Amino acid sequence: MLEADIQLRLSRLELAASFAVEAGEVVALVGPNGSGKSTVLRALAGLLRLAGGRVELGGQVLEDPTSRTRIVPEKRPVALMFQEYLLFPNMSAVDNVAFGLRARGTDRRQARDKAAAALARLGVSQVASARPIAMSGGQQQRVAMARALITEPKLLLLDEPLAALDVSTKAEVRRHLRSVLRESPSANVLVTHDLLDAVALAHRMVVIENGKIIQSGTPAEVTGRPRSRYVADLTGVNLLSGTGRGTSIDLDNGGRLTTGDASSGPALAVIPPAAVSVYRQPPETGDANIWHGIIGTVDLLGDRVRVRIEGTHVITAEVAPSAVDQLKLDDGGELWASFPAAAVTAYPP
Amino acid sequence: MAGLAGLSVLFFLLPLAGLVIRAPWGSMASVITSKSSLDALGLTLVASLATTALALAFGFPLAWLLARGRFPGQTSLRGLTTLPMVLPPVVGGIALLMAYGRRGMIGAPLYHATGLSLPFTTPGVIVAESFVAMPFFVITVESGLRTMDTRLEDAARSLGASRWTVFRRVTLPLIAPSMIAGAVLAWSRAVGEFGATITFAGNLPGVTQTAPLAIYISQTTNHLDEAIALSLVLVAVSLAVMLGTRSRRRAG
Repeated sequence: MLEADIQLRLSRLELAASFAVEAGEVVALVGPNGSGKSTVLRALAGLLRLAGGRVELGGQVLEDPTSRTRIVPEKRPVALMFQEYLLFPNMSAVDNVAFGLRARGTDRRQARDKAAAALARLGVSQVASARPIAMSGGQQQRVAMARALITEPKLLLLDEPLAALDVSTKAEVRRHLRSVLRESPSANVLVTHDLLDAVALAHRMVVIENGKIIQSGTPAEVTGRPRSRYVADLTGVNLLSGTGRGTSIDLDNGGRLTTGDASSGPALAVIPPAAVSVYRQPPETGDANIWHGIIGTVDLLGDRVRVRIEGTHVITAEVAPSAVDQLKLDDGGELWASFPAAAVTAYPP
Repeated sequence: MAGLAGLSVLFFLLPLAGLVIRAPWGSMASVITSKSSLDALGLTLVASLATTALALAFGFPLAWLLARGRFPGQTSLRGLTTLPMVLPPVVGGIALLMAYGRRGMIGAPLYHATGLSLPFTTPGVIVAESFVAMPFFVITVESGLRTMDTRLEDAARSLGASRWTVFRRVTLPLIAPSMIAGAVLAWSRAVGEFGATITFAGNLPGVTQTAPLAIYISQTTNHLDEAIALSLVLVAVSLAVMLGTRSRRRAG
């Protein structure tokens, strides 16, 4: 089990993040660029020095500045798989994979045998003697995975494991990575900015913004009740904040929202765009919430059209493509939006 | 355009053709194997190889410091190390005399203490050649270190490699092409060194008279055959180096 309390300061980032990962668990760190996700991984690997906090892995203290404990990167039972994989360009796949064993003192022949077996397990025996430059992105990912796993780390760190792949190979590699991670006995931390990766690969998500953890929970919890604009934008839902007064919420910038659930005190509310209907005239509808604003952007997303309506608050509605023509959405102008109280999920921040 | 390009090709080729045409082909072997020629060529080889070895030993740490270190005055230091590349070699020779000559800042006390003095000695030739040639090695290796992806070293460390293992198995192989290129550049610069050598180390046949010095002296003393013969040897060496590095690059 990993218990990490990471405090350090880089030029543009002050990182203070505390979280734990069980053995066998996969935790996804998600957050915008520059939020400190990769910095967390580098700190856990020992490539960055902590200013404060503590990192403990399976009962062993890896770093604790107050007691001046610090285990150097090469002595940590930690493997870090970098973005773009960073295979050694001057070595074959087998030698790349054998590197960790050789560095830890295994003799050359035995290390290469084990490396070849690891490549076979991951289904990339055919590139065993190839240099990284001759491999596809998917093959490089698997070789990098074999290289990281071969020393049987207690903590496996994956920095954007799928970002370097093109769309056509991503899904297949993601499935494969999922099965590898699900069998892995180590604590696993992966960094991603892709919600799908997090949902597909991780047991738990930790959302980090500006060096601080702002939310953690299962992917369903985090995406169902986002606590930040960043996560709401990832899932594409409307997120509003205000003060709960029974079955209504006084929104922060004025206006009121009628909700299904009762809430009191500071509250967040999520409205799925598909639940929002739009009209050119003030609608006669039983919906408890009727808003009005000016049409902002109109985007096609799959077989749905997302319309941004900018009034006192901004709300996005998802409508059928036929509505673009019927309501002449491309012309802009005024638009009314309605949604039932039952479509609003309210929860404390 | 093509005409001007053709002219410049001629401009470069004609002098070489002149060397080949005017060469004393009949007596070539005896001229080159004369004692004075062999002395000059042997000294050139020894001094230039010693210079290359010194560049590796002292230039590499300097390149490392310039590429990886972070200290105040780094940019100025980099400029200072490259200065000998643009400095007229004869000025370098005078500067060396002022520092390490028998009456130089370091040279005088050294001479009084030990009786050792660099000018008019083979080590003096090596010092002069190093002064001029080492920056070529430093600059080439420094840029190799700078363009290398240092995250590969992080990757190696996180896989359990000590700093030394990382250096030996990752850093060194990755910058090997720069090391070779830098060594070749420094070596060929040392082979051709003239100004600093004659100014600082003098022109003693068998001791400080390298091939370029011998060529110049032969030419000025009406031994043109010897000058041409030695020149052709250096042309052959240059061509071999050029072709060698090019085929390496193609293979790599």
